[in-house]
Amino acid sequence: MSERALLSIPVGPEDHSRGPLDAKLTVVEYGDYQCPYCGQAYPIVEKLMTTFADSMRLVFRNLPLADVHPHAEAAAEVAEAVGLQGKFWEIHDTLFENQRDLSAAALLRYVADVGADVKEATKEIADGGPRQRVEADFESAIRSGANGTPTFFVNGVRYDGSWQYEPFAEYLTQVLDGS
Amino acid sequence: MALETGVVAPEFGLLATPDQKVALSEFDGPVVLIFYPADWSPVCSDELSVFSAASRLFHARGAQLLGISVDGPWCHEVFKEQRKVAFPLLADCNPKGEVAKAYGVYREDDGTSERALFVIDRDGKVAWSEVSPVGVNPGADGALRAVEALS
Repeated sequence: MSERALLSIPVGPEDHSRGPLDAKLTVVEYGDYQCPYCGQAYPIVEKLMTTFADSMRLVFRNLPLADVHPHAEAAAEVAEAVGLQGKFWEIHDTLFENQRDLSAAALLRYVADVGADVKEATKEIADGGPRQRVEADFESAIRSGANGTPTFFVNGVRYDGSWQYEPFAEYLTQVLDGS
Repeated sequence: MALETGVVAPEFGLLATPDQKVALSEFDGPVVLIFYPADWSPVCSDELSVFSAASRLFHARGAQLLGISVDGPWCHEVFKEQRKVAFPLLADCNPKGEVAKAYGVYREDDGTSERALFVIDRDGKVAWSEVSPVGVNPGADGALRAVEALS
């Protein structure tokens, strides 16, 4: 039997995080901006954040599956570059809301839309920092046993159930009650 | 019962394309055998996408990935192209499931194989294996750790 997959790199200060740092639920999403399932999961995760409010912290890490999603890596790098300007969640939301067009021109437009400095973001990407970050996220995903996009870890343990709202909320409630 | 650690991995020669056979003994470094129930099933598709994406981590350690199911080579060819699978998919279809049987992971009930991973070392022995529930995609972490333990 397979063991339960565990998050290989704990959530830390480097992570993009929303919600209280001491929340009883820490949900790590490994996602891909071009993956349609991640696009479907995005409003569900938002709704969970509303439902669990102060009890839930959300962390997003990159798992771009570039073979099947040719724009995924570029989108992830853009998100990281904008993240360096303190607007990670703004660009994260914009990318998922505009998943149908992640062309290079569109990505630059979104950078401007969220009020980030396009020139600076472009320079960061050219310098390679965002790419290294995405690659590090990717490797941590594989080492954690991420098994598709999206993969969720709840308090460090891979969640193998459905991420539709009802079953996911029910699971989070159970974890919360047990903690 | 899946083959145990330490036993010699059974040799095979299976079609990787409609006209090209691949044998286990062709590979010098470690080999990861990825037995999966069927082309096109959602869980299998995700599993192979993850291994494809992770293939650079395996290649960096000199390991070769090979997928195996009972589907025929023509089916594999279309599946591989559509899902952009980055490693060979071998057709265990003639006779059906022969290699899965040799590795102890054939499912008589539905004529497919278990969702099983084997890491074969340079000496051709089973160094690590894992059988997952058919509905659960195992991810690539266990196989990657096993390959790293060999080097």
